Amino acid sequence: MDTDEIFTNGVDDEPSPPQQQQQRRPIISSEQLDIEAYAALYTGRTKISRLLFISDKCDNVSVKLEALRMAYVEVKKGENTQLFREVVQKIDGRLGLEYGNDVNWMDAVDRRADVRKEKLENELNAYRTNLIKESIRMGYNDFGDFYYARGTLGEAFKNYVRTRDYCTTAKHIIHMCLNAILVSIEMGQFAHVTSYVSKAEQNKADLDPITIAKLQCAAGLAHLEARKYKQAARKFLETAPELGNSYSEVIAAQDVATYGGLCALASFDRAELKAKVIDNINFRNFLELVPEVRELINDFYSSHYASCLDYLGNLKANLLLDIHLHDHVETLYTDIRNKALIQYTHPFVSVDLNMMANAFKTTVTGIQKELEALITDNQIQARIDSHNKILYARHADQRKATFQRVLQTGVEFDRDVRAMLLRANLVKHDYNVKASRKI
Amino acid sequence: MPVTVLPLSRHVTTDGSVTSGRKKFGFVTGKHAEAQANEFIISVVRFIDVCSVEQIRLVPDKFISVCKRLHEEVINLNAPRKIQASSEHLTPLHPDFLQVCLLAKCYKIGYGILEDDIYEVDQPRDFFLYCYYGGMVCIGHKRFAKALELFHNVVTAPMSTMNAIAVEAYKKYILVSLIHLRQFSASFPKYTSSVAQRNLKNFSQPYVELANSYNTGNISELKAFVQANREKFENGNNLGLVNQVVSSMYKRNIQRLTQTYLTLSLEDIANTAQIDTPKEAEMHVLQMIEDGEIYATINQKDGMVRFLEDPEQYNTCEMIKHIDSSIQRIMKMSKKLKTMDESMSCDPLYLSKVGRERQR
Repeated sequence: MDTDEIFTNGVDDEPSPPQQQQQRRPIISSEQLDIEAYAALYTGRTKISRLLFISDKCDNVSVKLEALRMAYVEVKKGENTQLFREVVQKIDGRLGLEYGNDVNWMDAVDRRADVRKEKLENELNAYRTNLIKESIRMGYNDFGDFYYARGTLGEAFKNYVRTRDYCTTAKHIIHMCLNAILVSIEMGQFAHVTSYVSKAEQNKADLDPITIAKLQCAAGLAHLEARKYKQAARKFLETAPELGNSYSEVIAAQDVATYGGLCALASFDRAELKAKVIDNINFRNFLELVPEVRELINDFYSSHYASCLDYLGNLKANLLLDIHLHDHVETLYTDIRNKALIQYTHPFVSVDLNMMANAFKTTVTGIQKELEALITDNQIQARIDSHNKILYARHADQRKATFQRVLQTGVEFDRDVRAMLLRANLVKHDYNVKASRKI
Repeated sequence: MPVTVLPLSRHVTTDGSVTSGRKKFGFVTGKHAEAQANEFIISVVRFIDVCSVEQIRLVPDKFISVCKRLHEEVINLNAPRKIQASSEHLTPLHPDFLQVCLLAKCYKIGYGILEDDIYEVDQPRDFFLYCYYGGMVCIGHKRFAKALELFHNVVTAPMSTMNAIAVEAYKKYILVSLIHLRQFSASFPKYTSSVAQRNLKNFSQPYVELANSYNTGNISELKAFVQANREKFENGNNLGLVNQVVSSMYKRNIQRLTQTYLTLSLEDIANTAQIDTPKEAEMHVLQMIEDGEIYATINQKDGMVRFLEDPEQYNTCEMIKHIDSSIQRIMKMSKKLKTMDESMSCDPLYLSKVGRERQR
């Protein structure tokens, strides 16, 4: 009983026998990702992209086919024949004839698209000759929408940006920025995202809360892609809960919670974690949607590292299927694990490696290797007694260090000045030679 | 044999190489003992010149001892010091003297010359040769810090075109830096000439790669790399140094262990530092303790090594004297710097140039 309590190494308000601890752990989702539920969170092009991504990355054949089936259904609702062809190729006939290549549909859609394109062009030319700003803007906007639906994102982006010259009110600018951001995210060009977010935020007065929330999510995504986890976390945490489902073309509320939570855990220090995540009332609404992330953060804060790492492990498989997060999962996980190790050793003068290995669910050699890496990196100030398997905290002796530095600086100064005098002399000689030659 | 007194300008180096039967040796004579030494030298050199090879081969030992004596005498004449205007002046003789010392492997005597600080240089070429040979003498004498300094001076000296001495010096610089400091920074300081910065790395490609491979800490990789490029290192006459680099790798790995561990078993040391057996690891650790590079105790019963802190407490009389002398030396250096600065600002050439630029 006693050893169990020490091993859990947490902040316990009241002594908790093992059974209660099990009860405190709510849902653990190690099951497969529920594709239907997942896809229902999104709309538009991102839904298809995500489904295709899942089908690419997932190893489970049934999940793969299910994702492809749903992607097929979704693509047929739109007008993107190129994407349709891709999906059909990926299905490869595995789902039967009704999910095969539908040439008739493709031709019909293409013809319709050509007709519409001509119409739009004519309208736009007419507006341009009339020089009515508002109509020209609408014309370019419609073109942008058309190209976006067809899947030619580059053209769509160009047309959206062209509306900029014809925007008269702040609302127009914000509209243009949101469209540009949407297309940039789909294209994966997050540099544009950041610039358009800042452009939109210049007119803060005209923004309604939902738009502000949308912009913050977009900015957070851009920072995430750029591996700036701290800033990404801050952006996600500041997102207002009014976002709800209104940005489902890009991101779901659950994603905001997951991304924000994990980035914060990997990059914030303890004080910031408490202030901005745990005590953050707004963010709490998001965390309700993903209870595992909430539990995970609370466990980390209260030093229940074993269960925290358990949750992380369970979430990992599903997070690797997420289109924005999959590149960063490994880095974030390593960061969180390192932070846990550092936090564990911080308050102690000496730590028994056996107990630590238990708390982190690894072997003693494993934990010794991890600690060695952290010590070499200077993130933990300690030394390992490998014979007795104890970690001793080590505080540098300031006085000695100062003496050493002083003597070292003296030697370096001496050496550098001598070298400098020598070089100056060489230059002077060289210069003298040149001057005497001139004379 | 009459010894003629020749003016100093026709001072000829005495490196024992015989080019023709007739050579004029001019010395500033003073003492009778020196005259005798001179006679001896001259006669020995004549003998080497005219003797036949087969006869020499019959009595090799005597020949060797005669040659050695010749070298000693020559070196004891201490030629460079006589021509030096001040102890801070570099003369054309310095590099030649050092070359002799190198060839004769009398590093200690050469090192004595190097201890003077040089500030005035007449010929840049002399300077390059001096630093290069000086560095090699220091390596022979195992004073790697000074060697590093000399090579650094060559590499960062102002030069308008590339010269081969700088390239060779740079190669040795990399190797000595790896042996002594256990690391190498590939970036040049700001005051290096642009010619050097652009070209030095191109000429010494295998050495730079050696340094990169060293940084990874993987001994087998390093050894493989050395094997693969053995010829190139041999061509540069640097194979000995390269082997020293490889053996210093073990020391580097062990030293890193002292930062993270309090006690470690010899097996673990052998594994982490990629040494083959614990016995070898023990040898290495023992060597390093004796050299004073790490502080540790070996417990042979458990096969454990306990790493200790540097016992220097900086509270002894010797330490105070050391610090005091350092302070004095640096104060002198500062004064020198100030006088040089003042003299330069009074220099007419400098003032005219600065004046011209200001007008533009």
